[in-house]
Parts: sequence; structure tokens; C-alpha cells
Amino acid sequence: MPFLNEKSPAVTSESLSVRQNAHTVLEEITFQVAPGEMIGVIGPNGGGKTTLLRTLLGLIRPFAGRSTLLGCPSARLGPVRAKIGYIPQKRTHDRRFPLSAADVVQTGLYSPETLLRPIRRPQRERCREMLEMVDALPLAERSFGDLSGGEQQRVLLARALVRRPLLLLLDEPAAGLDPKAQYLFMEKLRQLRQRFALTILLVSHDLASLAAYVDRILCINRTMHIHGEPQQVLQSSALKKIYRCSYDLLRMAASREDENR
Amino acid sequence: MISAMLGYGFMQRALLAAVLVGALCSTVAFFVVLRRLSFLGVGIAHTALGGISVGLVTGLNPFLCGSVFALLSALAIGDISRRGRYDEDTVIGIFFAAGMAFGIALLSSLKGYYPEIFSLLFGNILSVSTADLLILAAVMVAVLLFISLFFKELLAISFDEEAARAGGLPVAPLYFGLLAAMALTIMVSVKLVGIVLASALLVIPAATGYRLSRNYRAMFVLSLLTGIGGSAGGLVISYLFDLPSGAAIVLFMALLFGASMFYQPRTIRRKKGGEQKNTGDGPLYKNI
Repeated sequence: MPFLNEKSPAVTSESLSVRQNAHTVLEEITFQVAPGEMIGVIGPNGGGKTTLLRTLLGLIRPFAGRSTLLGCPSARLGPVRAKIGYIPQKRTHDRRFPLSAADVVQTGLYSPETLLRPIRRPQRERCREMLEMVDALPLAERSFGDLSGGEQQRVLLARALVRRPLLLLLDEPAAGLDPKAQYLFMEKLRQLRQRFALTILLVSHDLASLAAYVDRILCINRTMHIHGEPQQVLQSSALKKIYRCSYDLLRMAASREDENR
Repeated sequence: MISAMLGYGFMQRALLAAVLVGALCSTVAFFVVLRRLSFLGVGIAHTALGGISVGLVTGLNPFLCGSVFALLSALAIGDISRRGRYDEDTVIGIFFAAGMAFGIALLSSLKGYYPEIFSLLFGNILSVSTADLLILAAVMVAVLLFISLFFKELLAISFDEEAARAGGLPVAPLYFGLLAAMALTIMVSVKLVGIVLASALLVIPAATGYRLSRNYRAMFVLSLLTGIGGSAGGLVISYLFDLPSGAAIVLFMALLFGASMFYQPRTIRRKKGGEQKNTGDGPLYKNI
């Protein structure tokens, strides 16, 4: 299986371009992610970050260029899908949708291999282990819609992890959470990343909340503007151009990170 | 009084049909409500009028023509709206009106009086024949087989289609399968309550279950009970008060839904000290 080779990059994107309704949404995106790396993808809203994740996952066909996940081309991920955990961009989940937190985690197990097969006790046990890992076991039987935003995101993280992934793709997982819930989520992610040697690609419009956690940052607004370590990116003048606003706040985040070191 | 009612052969067949249609519709309704497809149900039922008219004008079996028409329009509506250029609502609205207009135009060419038209529009459960029951049973086996085989996937897709697609589930085939199941279910319930009211059976039972429960297992069972109880109870009411069967069934079900609105389901509260009930013993998808 291609994904067993530890030396090859976990994610590659070569001159990836995406057009939707005659508009270019992404243009010439080229980068690689090494196994075990955590990359933050930032950029303004509407800059194509979600489109990038969806293209990598093979949910959108690119106009030009190529991409691979765990060594397989995005268009034919096949069995490696089982090794990819994904948290899509948060939408307003139907508050009354009749699934408990444990039911939601279980949906993460479903794949072409589980079609026509019942989910057995060891797999259900694994769902509970994952809930425990994200400190959500006491919520297992509660209705997913009744949980707070932070709790919901941790349950969705458990759903992504229950597949035993090598690679996590997270789309704005901490957006809309209060600062404490954001912090808890990112700390949990940091722990789990170390424990399972995960490769993580995390999309956010908020550089400040990412800088302390990621190894490298890609800055995308249709095209790729900057690519580097958080410090380097924070000091780059291109950042100001992309966000078209003062980035003092971002600098503050960077200096806070320095203090922590 | 009810034993007198069951003394008639046609009443026995009608009651059997009502129970079967109630069970079938409430099973499909479970996903219609969770995926918010109720307007699609209305659209499919009304579009079928076009096919039924083709049957009446050409002398082919109107019911069969209606089924083919309903099936094709359900798949077409699904395909056009999945391409994402038009809202599902818009597409349904157009198919709905065009299908009916086509039917009305064709029917105007017929000379004389056709009592079938009235019973197709408003249902006539008392005319259910043994052949009708066999068709109903066949559709029921096919639809229930599809839903029970793919229940967990259909549920996962209803909850989060994007994650299901990324996980490799065959989202589009399952969606079209569900639409086909809806179209066939609507066509067999047309016999019971008619085109105008058929789509109600695909909404009310599950909407009642949805109101009363916070977990899909309970919602499914309550939906089934409302569907079977509503159609059998409605039939008895129509016999007792000499009302049209379709209207009596839909009104009785609506009454059940109305009654459910007075009940507030209890939400499971967070237990102190992190304790929680372990209910993970039984199989998760045991109810079908």
C-alpha cells in the first residue's frame, strides 16, 4: 500500500488550479507536507482554503495540476480514505438531529468496507475510547445537538480519529468557539498529534490561534502567497497585503508565543 | 361495529393495505424528514399525474405509467439539483407544475366521464384488489430491503454528507436509491389516499416521531407506530363516519401529530461527577 512508505510526503500539491463557474478559485498551488508535520493553511474568508482541502480529498476536480494524499492521487484515493480523518467546515447542525455523541463518532467508521456489515462490539468500544481521548466520554449518550460548540468539535475530532488515521484534514475546527474552548481544542490536538504521530493540515482564517501550534504556515488567497515557519510568515509584508488590514494583532500573537518559549 | 366492518372482504383487503402502506410510508418518511425532502415528496406525487394521464389516454395501465413517470421525475429532480446550479426547491416547483399541466392537457382530450380520475386524485382504498395487494407487497419488500441494507449509511449521509463523501461512502447512488424508494412508495400509497394526499404519509409519521424523541431508534419506532396506527385508525374512522378514506387517514394522522406537539421530550442532562449511563450493550442498528 502506498501510504506505508514513511519517507514519501503525506500530502503533495503540484501546480493545483481550481475553477468554479468560470472563476479561478485556486491558482498554481504547490507544496508538500512531510509525515508528522502540522501545517496551518491561513488566508481571508473566500480565499479558497476550503476548496483546497476538498480538492485534496478528491471532492472537487481540479482544472489543472495534481495532488496526492498518502501517496495516492486525489482522484483515486480508494483504500487510503480509511487513513484520512476529516472535519468539514462547521455548518449549523440541525439541533434536533436524533443522534447521540456516540452515534456521531460511530459514523466515522463507515467506509466502503463496512457497507452491508454491521458494526460490532469491538468497534463500538473503540468509539467510546475515542470519546474518552477527547475528554467527551461523559457526553456519549447526550444528543449531539444539545452539546456546546466546543464539545461538538471534540466529538467530531473523535469521529475523525476513530478511523485510526495517519492524516487529519481539519477545516476551521476552532472557528466560532470561545477562547477557552479554542485553547482546549488546540491543546487536545497537540497531545493527540504527538501520541499518534499524526500529519495534520489545518485550515483557519485566524493566524493568531494557529501560530503556537503549527510547524509551517501556508498563506492562501487564490494563489499561494507565503509559505514558511510561523515567525517568518508573521514578519512578512505579504501578509498585510493579503489581509488588507493592520496585522498588529498577529504580531501580538507572535510575541506571546515567544514569551511562552 | 368493527367486527361488522371486517365482515366485508373488501374491508379486510383495505385494512391490510392500510397497515402495509402505513408501515412502508413511515419507514421511508424517517429519511424524508431527516433529509428534509418533504417538498420533493409533494412534487413527485403531483408529477405522477402526467404519467397517469398518459395511461388513461393511450389505454396502458395508468398506475404503471404513473410509476414510471414518478420514478423518472424523482431521479431527474435529484440529478439537476445535485449539479448545484439550481436550488432543489426551484427544480421541484417547476417539475411539479409542468407534470400536472401535462396531465391536465392530456386529460382534456378525453371524452366522457372517467371515475378513475377522481379516485386517483383522492384515493379509493375500498377498491383495493388482490392484485393491488401483491404489487404493494412487492414494492414493500424492495424498499424495505434497500433501507435495511443501507440504514447506517443513509443515516450518516443525512447527518453530514460532506464527511460521508470524504469517507468514501457511495453518496450519490444511495441518494438516488432513496429517491427511487420515495417514488415507488408514493405510487403505492396513491391507491390509498390519492395523489393529492400521498405525500402527507411521507411526512406526518416521521415528523411525529421526530417531535417525540431525541434518538433515532425511538424516532423510528414512533414513526412506524404513527404510520400504522394512523392509517388503520383513519380507515376505521372513514367507515364509521362515512368519510372518504384518504381524507380520514390524513386528518387522523395530522391529529396525532397535533397531539404530539403538547409533549416536550426530556433531554438527557449531564450527570454530576462525570458519571454516565452505559447503554452500549445492544447492537446499534437493531431496530430493522
